[in-house]
Amino acid sequence: MSQPSAIELSLDRLTIRFGGLTAVDGLSFQVRQGEIASLIGPNGAGKTSAFNAITGYIAPAAGSVSWRGKRLDGLKPHQIAELGVVRTFQKTSVFAGLSVLDNVLIGLHLRSKQQPLAALLGRVAAEEAALATEAHGILQFIGLAARLGQLASSLPYGELRLLEVAIALAAKPKLLLLDEPVCGLNPAETASFMQLIDRIRALGMTILLVEHDMKMVMGVSDRIVCLNEGRVIAEGAPADIQKHPEVVRAYLGRPRT
Amino acid sequence: MKRTLTLAFLALLLSLPLWMSSLYVLHILIMTGIFIIAAMSLNLLLGYTGQLSLGHVAFFGIGAYTSSLVSLGFDVHLLPDWRVALAPKPVWLGMLLGVLLAAGCGWVIGRIAFKVRGAYFVIVSVSFAEVVRLIALNWLELTQGPMALNNIPVLRLGIPDWFEFAFLRKPANYYLVLTVAILAYLLIQRLVHSRAGRAMVALRENEALAASVGIDVTRYLVLATFVSAGIAGAAGALYAHYVRIVDPEVFSFIYTVTMVIMVVTGGKGTLLGPIVGGLLFGLLPEILRAFGIPPEIQWVSYGVLMILVVSFLPAGIVPALAGWWQQRGDAAAQPAVAASSRPPQP
Repeated sequence: MSQPSAIELSLDRLTIRFGGLTAVDGLSFQVRQGEIASLIGPNGAGKTSAFNAITGYIAPAAGSVSWRGKRLDGLKPHQIAELGVVRTFQKTSVFAGLSVLDNVLIGLHLRSKQQPLAALLGRVAAEEAALATEAHGILQFIGLAARLGQLASSLPYGELRLLEVAIALAAKPKLLLLDEPVCGLNPAETASFMQLIDRIRALGMTILLVEHDMKMVMGVSDRIVCLNEGRVIAEGAPADIQKHPEVVRAYLGRPRT
Repeated sequence: MKRTLTLAFLALLLSLPLWMSSLYVLHILIMTGIFIIAAMSLNLLLGYTGQLSLGHVAFFGIGAYTSSLVSLGFDVHLLPDWRVALAPKPVWLGMLLGVLLAAGCGWVIGRIAFKVRGAYFVIVSVSFAEVVRLIALNWLELTQGPMALNNIPVLRLGIPDWFEFAFLRKPANYYLVLTVAILAYLLIQRLVHSRAGRAMVALRENEALAASVGIDVTRYLVLATFVSAGIAGAAGALYAHYVRIVDPEVFSFIYTVTMVIMVVTGGKGTLLGPIVGGLLFGLLPEILRAFGIPPEIQWVSYGVLMILVVSFLPAGIVPALAGWWQQRGDAAAQPAVAASSRPPQP
């Protein structure tokens, strides 16, 4: 980022507990408008728990999450999505029994304002056509246009991961949270996914990424936040993070002296 | 092709009383039709939102009792010195109130069950049905309990003292049930092909993902239980004024099971499933009887057929037929399909 822009997402001393286990312990960090920020850290560092707390899937034990000055903690997932904060899931998550097109049409839920009564009176044909066109556009953007009639469950793994992003994009996020989107993809697929992230950013979205693939993280991120055992241990530009002694220690262990 | 088949099926249904002189067959068709309406309403919940309402007969029974009581009138003591009485009202009003009260109960169940899914939704719905059955059985002053509500009037439409049509004879009731069935079908069709229907299917397929794109899942589950219960109530009201006697047996668990069998064998989550399953399992015992097969064998073959359908066509008859039809079409028209799968230019 050439000039610092406004802080959009702010976590303030966020704490998440599962029974006696503290998964996230006083986590604070910010995401600025238009940037691609990454959360990294060893398994169990609390990355996905933080994601779940930001998007309302788990209630934090303490601390707060705010988005453009609004508190997100306490809201339900669908209310958070309405504000423009949309996530994908670590485990591949699509509407498996439906066609690719229907998957994206469901993602367009917030874009359509039709009421059930209007549907019963048969007054929704025009809007349905507009939604279908929009869904085609999203599938073309993501590169799945040739698959639109297929069942989601019949897609190969790499395309399923793209479909997840297509569903999330359909909800028109302002902040898109991607949870390990290239986990399990081969290097070629990962490379094209990195290009996709650049194209998504060009649409004006802010992106928060959780990822283990360091090549991808170093390649796309403006800023990296490294967690270990529920705390931030380092924060900064990719080049600084790579050299940061705490990060090296968290990933590789303490050097023998 | 699909259109031709639909029109042919409709023509068959519409013309049936004209050439079918057997009142017994008409009676079977009317009863089957009433159960198909109830099965269609169950399908909206089970097939589209994925929630099994195993107390669905409660809404059917509430529709039947409400409509009967409004048209018969009642006089009950709610407290020792507080009576509530209602003079007999026209049957159409009773039916309307039956539908509304059933739908209202559906709304309440949907709200109560807002956090429970799967097995817990089943328990809530079964308990509700049992509570309603016990009320019908024990509140003698209102429902006559096991003595049943008798002499329930038939539906009359028109202007009193000038021109009135009474749905007394079987052909008239046949057309009445058919009309309600078509209306219920169109209502469900429009609902499931809209944004609300997609939200219901999203709940069935992946609730967490549905919420992540902004779908207020609870709201659509409540909408589905509301509409579903209302349609089941309509089926109950039709039943009450056709059979003209209603006792607590209408809340029997076996009726819910019958609806579930119709939906599951026909194909849950398809519009035609409950109709195909309903016709098959509603008419099968009668068809076997016509061939002189003894009742024991009738019931055994009913069970065997059910097991065969569930083991070999687990998705149901309609999805299996649709899949077969599509494969046939694909084989015949490969290039056409390839061309049509290309997206239209925006």
